[in-house]
Amino acid sequence: MITNIGSEQEFNALIEHVQQLGRDLIRPTSLEVDRDARFPIESFDAFKDCKLLSVYIPKELGGMGLSITQVCKLCEILGGYCASTAMIFAMHQIQVACIVHHSKNSDYFQQFLRDLVQKQYLLASATTELGVGGDLRSSQCAVEINNDQFTLAKQAPVISYGAQADFILVTCRKNADAMPSDQLQVLVDRRAAKLDPISTWDTLGFRGTCSSGFHLQSSGHIQQIQPAPFAEILARTMHPVSHLVWSSLWLGLAQDAVAIARSTVRSAARKNPNTPPISALRLTEVDEKLYNMRANLKMTLADYEEKLAKDDKDGFEQFSYALGVNNLKLCSSEKLVEIVSESMMIVGIMGYKNDSPVSLGRHLRDAYGAALMVNNDRIRNHNSTMQIMIRDGR
Amino acid sequence: MVANIIRDILTKHARLQEDANTLALDDDLYDKGLTSLSTVNLMLAIEDEFDIEFPDTKLNRKTFSSIESLLETVTELLKP
Repeated sequence: MITNIGSEQEFNALIEHVQQLGRDLIRPTSLEVDRDARFPIESFDAFKDCKLLSVYIPKELGGMGLSITQVCKLCEILGGYCASTAMIFAMHQIQVACIVHHSKNSDYFQQFLRDLVQKQYLLASATTELGVGGDLRSSQCAVEINNDQFTLAKQAPVISYGAQADFILVTCRKNADAMPSDQLQVLVDRRAAKLDPISTWDTLGFRGTCSSGFHLQSSGHIQQIQPAPFAEILARTMHPVSHLVWSSLWLGLAQDAVAIARSTVRSAARKNPNTPPISALRLTEVDEKLYNMRANLKMTLADYEEKLAKDDKDGFEQFSYALGVNNLKLCSSEKLVEIVSESMMIVGIMGYKNDSPVSLGRHLRDAYGAALMVNNDRIRNHNSTMQIMIRDGR
Repeated sequence: MVANIIRDILTKHARLQEDANTLALDDDLYDKGLTSLSTVNLMLAIEDEFDIEFPDTKLNRKTFSSIESLLETVTELLKP
């Protein structure tokens, strides 16, 4: 088991271990996870065994101390085996990053991170709310404080893997009189919470994320309230990290579709050695898009790492930065659909069949989810106001 | 003076929940209801009023988050 990543070699060993899990466990169970829309429990048990849930926690707190770039690499690999599993892993890492980056001065949260390393807690997120929709910067529910205890109730139309998570980070207003945008993030212990289902999750894709809706009622100690305002957590961590880890797993999903397409082009070439198959031309076109997708991700990742290393607080707050991160999400999610559909055209009818070894049905259904989760039109709407303001955007 | 002009512009363009004339200099305008769309209108009105241009480095949440930071930025941009 690898617990301490100190060199590239050790990270490569970790990657090899994750690849092995992918081949032996994640891919074989992905069919059932997708068909039954069930949580990939056996994969997450395996992740916990090799401490993958604490990879982003700094070494001094017992974690592996991976960088965001390395976490993204893991998401990309997982995305190639099962996009639902990769999505749950990615969403968990976003919440971990929110705590790691914004609770350095809180003894409670520092201890929580140490405990997470030991117990491998799975973290979920409850941001969207009935009546508000997907606007992260707006809450109706408010945390109520009584001495050193809080209570918090939220009507959440979506809490991905809410029923399986150990803790849920919940956004809410600072108090009952605060404006919808005056928000905090509260760490809710699921053992001390009541989750009543209000909606189901029978979707086209990303079925294993089990993103049902719940009426959440919770209570706890006021130490569980993140000290930083949510606006700051969102700008510096949640917004950029979400789009980076998601784009990484979408890249993994796209790469797997192209790999399947390539395998069929190769067997066609074998059958007719004298004439190169027409599908090879299609393959090269699809690969250009994949190249583009990878390049966008790499650029945005490098920019994020640079800002993080410099602790460039003002840089994260700049509208032009938020625009760039949004552009990554828009490009990646839309390229993904193109790449997977074109891969299916290359594979042909065998890719269209659900029960063929080169089926791309699940890939295609998952791919359509990317543009809908945090709807691209909402993001474009937001971008369009920022476009009016910025000068050269660099 | 500049602060009063900024308060007038806030009253006209920011669509806040409170009277801009009674806000403290360091009150968080986003917590008082400033949105991304009203930020655009606020910026355009300030640029017109003072005949200045916000550079990209000033186009961030922090600049628009309080009367105080708007005042600082405008004062800096008005310097010859």
